[in-house]
Amino acid sequence: MISASLTKEFEAVVGSENVFTSEPERQAYSYDSAVLEPVTPALVVRPTNSEELGKVIALCNENNCPITVRGAGTNLSGGTIPDKRDGIVVLTNGLNKILEINEEDLYAVVQPGVVTAQFAQEVAKRGLFYPPDPGSQAVSTIGGNVAENAGGLRGLKYGVTKDYVMGLDFFDVNGQLVKTGSRTVKCVTGYNLAGLMAASEGTLGVFNEIILKLTPPPAASKAMMAVFDDVNKASEAVASIISAHVVPCTLEFMDQAALKHVEAYTKAGLPVEAAAILLIEVDGHPGQVADEAAVVEKCLTKSGATAVHVAKDAEEKFKLWEARRNALPALARAKPTTVLEDATVPRSQIPAMVAAINDIAKKYDLAIGTFGHAGDGNLHPTILCDRRDAKEFHRVEEAVDNIFDVALSLKGTLSGEHGIGMAKSKWMEKETSRATIDYSLNMKRAIDPNNILNPGKIIAG
Amino acid sequence: MSADLTKLAKLLQELDDQMVACMKCGMCQAVCPVFSETMKESDVTRGKIALLERLAAELINDAEGVQEALNRCLLCGSCGANCPSGVQISDIFIKARTIVNQYMGLSPVKKAILRGMVGNPKLFNMLLDFGSKFQNLMTSKASEKQGTRKAPLLEPFIGNRHFNPVAKKSLHAKYGTIDTPAGKSGIRVLFFPGCVADKMYTNMGEACLKVFKHHGVGVWMPATQACCGIPALSAGDKKAYDKMVKYNTEIFAEGEYDYIVAPCGSCISTIMKYWPKYGKEYPADMQRKIEKIAAKAMDINEFLVDVLGVKPEGEAPKGGKKVTFHDSCHLKKGLGVAEQPRDLIRMNSNYELVEMNEADRCCGCGGTFTLYHYDLSKKIGGRKRNNVIETGANVVSTGCPACMMQLNDMLSQNGDDVEVKHSIELYAETL
Repeated sequence: MISASLTKEFEAVVGSENVFTSEPERQAYSYDSAVLEPVTPALVVRPTNSEELGKVIALCNENNCPITVRGAGTNLSGGTIPDKRDGIVVLTNGLNKILEINEEDLYAVVQPGVVTAQFAQEVAKRGLFYPPDPGSQAVSTIGGNVAENAGGLRGLKYGVTKDYVMGLDFFDVNGQLVKTGSRTVKCVTGYNLAGLMAASEGTLGVFNEIILKLTPPPAASKAMMAVFDDVNKASEAVASIISAHVVPCTLEFMDQAALKHVEAYTKAGLPVEAAAILLIEVDGHPGQVADEAAVVEKCLTKSGATAVHVAKDAEEKFKLWEARRNALPALARAKPTTVLEDATVPRSQIPAMVAAINDIAKKYDLAIGTFGHAGDGNLHPTILCDRRDAKEFHRVEEAVDNIFDVALSLKGTLSGEHGIGMAKSKWMEKETSRATIDYSLNMKRAIDPNNILNPGKIIAG
Repeated sequence: MSADLTKLAKLLQELDDQMVACMKCGMCQAVCPVFSETMKESDVTRGKIALLERLAAELINDAEGVQEALNRCLLCGSCGANCPSGVQISDIFIKARTIVNQYMGLSPVKKAILRGMVGNPKLFNMLLDFGSKFQNLMTSKASEKQGTRKAPLLEPFIGNRHFNPVAKKSLHAKYGTIDTPAGKSGIRVLFFPGCVADKMYTNMGEACLKVFKHHGVGVWMPATQACCGIPALSAGDKKAYDKMVKYNTEIFAEGEYDYIVAPCGSCISTIMKYWPKYGKEYPADMQRKIEKIAAKAMDINEFLVDVLGVKPEGEAPKGGKKVTFHDSCHLKKGLGVAEQPRDLIRMNSNYELVEMNEADRCCGCGGTFTLYHYDLSKKIGGRKRNNVIETGANVVSTGCPACMMQLNDMLSQNGDDVEVKHSIELYAETL
């Protein structure tokens, strides 16, 4: 319970209209997009400028109040669920200004609450390109993307959010502003704290301003769909494309279960009998695109694709990507609850991972559809269930445990783009080591002695 | 457990079945007009669903808080149209409002308006006919262009809004019951003008009659018809809603007609979708009648273009007065009618159609939402007004009388030189 006097202190900093105290208002910040138990925060505070943000952090620390910073709450790992110990949610949507778009030096400076899609649109208006494209970009924020190191469909060629963070400043737990990185292309001054802060999930500091790298947009692109009667052949095709030294901007996978759901939903004429399909897009200079598309087509055919459909025009391209975009909605409509994971394995291990997922589905009598970013080994096994059925949901939890065990046994990782949050912290030691956990804990304790910066995330306890 | 509590428990169960599909993905945030103004999670669908999931406990803890959260929604359907999981959000909110009202009871003001006035068509008509004679005493002219008035003395009750006065003579008072046979079209329609066209925008109602006559469409317009019930349903007053539906059903079941046509997407959505959906407990005979009636419901723009085949040919007119079109939520997101009104506007060579930004973004009226949350409604409406002004249009057209009220208010308050017209009015000008 936050005392009335402390609530007043917060109100004095940000104004009473930016402190939410009523039960219905606070409950609306008790969850994020992960299927986890909600925790209602004791208070929700919305700073609207840097000064207020710094003061709020300091006030929380002085009063030992755990802080969970929240952008749009779209993460899938529980990263924005508040702490049970009278947690305070600090909103960033009052800090939503694009401060600078520098067309000459190709960078932008933004506040953390800027919505990703709006930022990408503003950049595009100036003829520039911000490549990270998380599925939730219509609502997710840049601050949240950096904190969770969000990925997206273009990850294979363009990387993830951290690859675009040139620098940032953030408030430490005492409300002091720490600056790292710069507006220059090269910067090797001091520790790479920006790299550390990306994917830190709000456990090490609170972002104030972020400097993002921009690029020129690709001049042309070409998309195609390849159909396979064997998952192994699809995987071989992925390896074959990469070894032919072509890096598509997007290389997506959909298994038969996912295909069937998407077709039932969209009636787009997808090959539902196929064991898997790959959706591929190459982009760049028009000449390069033509050459690379030809190489990709050859690789696909050589690897045993039963058919390769190349999109003739923008409309056909749109239809192909619509099928991919509809994978989640199609699966989500099949059953009441959708548990979307992001087990990631080395590309060569995709067939083994897909086979294991299918075995797990049978073992636990669950419907699982798998799609994802084959080019970077990042799969999204999606379990369809009803969370109100306790027995079934217990099987879901066991299946998820199994999926991560398999991913790790295949030398994969717990998360390709969703983060660890609360959902996957129990496997951290298994993927890394005790020493890694201890090192991380020591760092966290030194930076945040009261453990108030998003406690319980990434590393449990 | 009393009968009322059993009913309440059943409704809660129905809500749970519908809400469980919400993934809390937050995609509703991207399109919610209320959230874009307040940036508060409790104002967006995902936040309200989280609250409703604990409704049973919350009703006891903070019933008023739940009611307030639920009422801060325009029921514009934008979230439902953008929901990856296909959650039937408007349905959930309507049911939730009914549950909360059953638990808390309806406010005396709402009770008086919905059950006392709107729910009693004869009294409602009489009061407005009577009021039309004296309304000028309390009001003064606000804008010639939009034909609006203002009432500073009534500001504590209605805010500083600019509103169109009640017509001196309502459509039903002027024409009584209309009953004409099908002409050259071979089609006869039940014309349902809706309350606003009947009592306020009678020009628009008359434009509809002119269009029917021109196309040889027989018209049956019973003078006794009542409100479709949407204000009561949106307010969660199922009792008043049931009364209006049953009243209308008994009248409508008697006539011979091919379609029920209205110049209001909200009325048609209600008759077509809500009447069958929210009448499961009616007697079987009544349900059969409703199914039959609902199957004939059609928006007037859709009727003219898709049934009568009215369609522009050749190049779209250029160089005339500029007109821009606002997609009403019930018309586009509810009924999928967007191209047809534009086709009708293009029939008028005096106008050049120019699209505005965010043409299908809610105008902020939301029926009773504007009465209870006028400040928010004005902010949302202000964005719509700016989008209209940016086009440089002389006229903004729409397919919904409630949106016309909101657009008139927003433009009038800013002293804008822009007229508001229904798409049927623009088409009727060509005949």
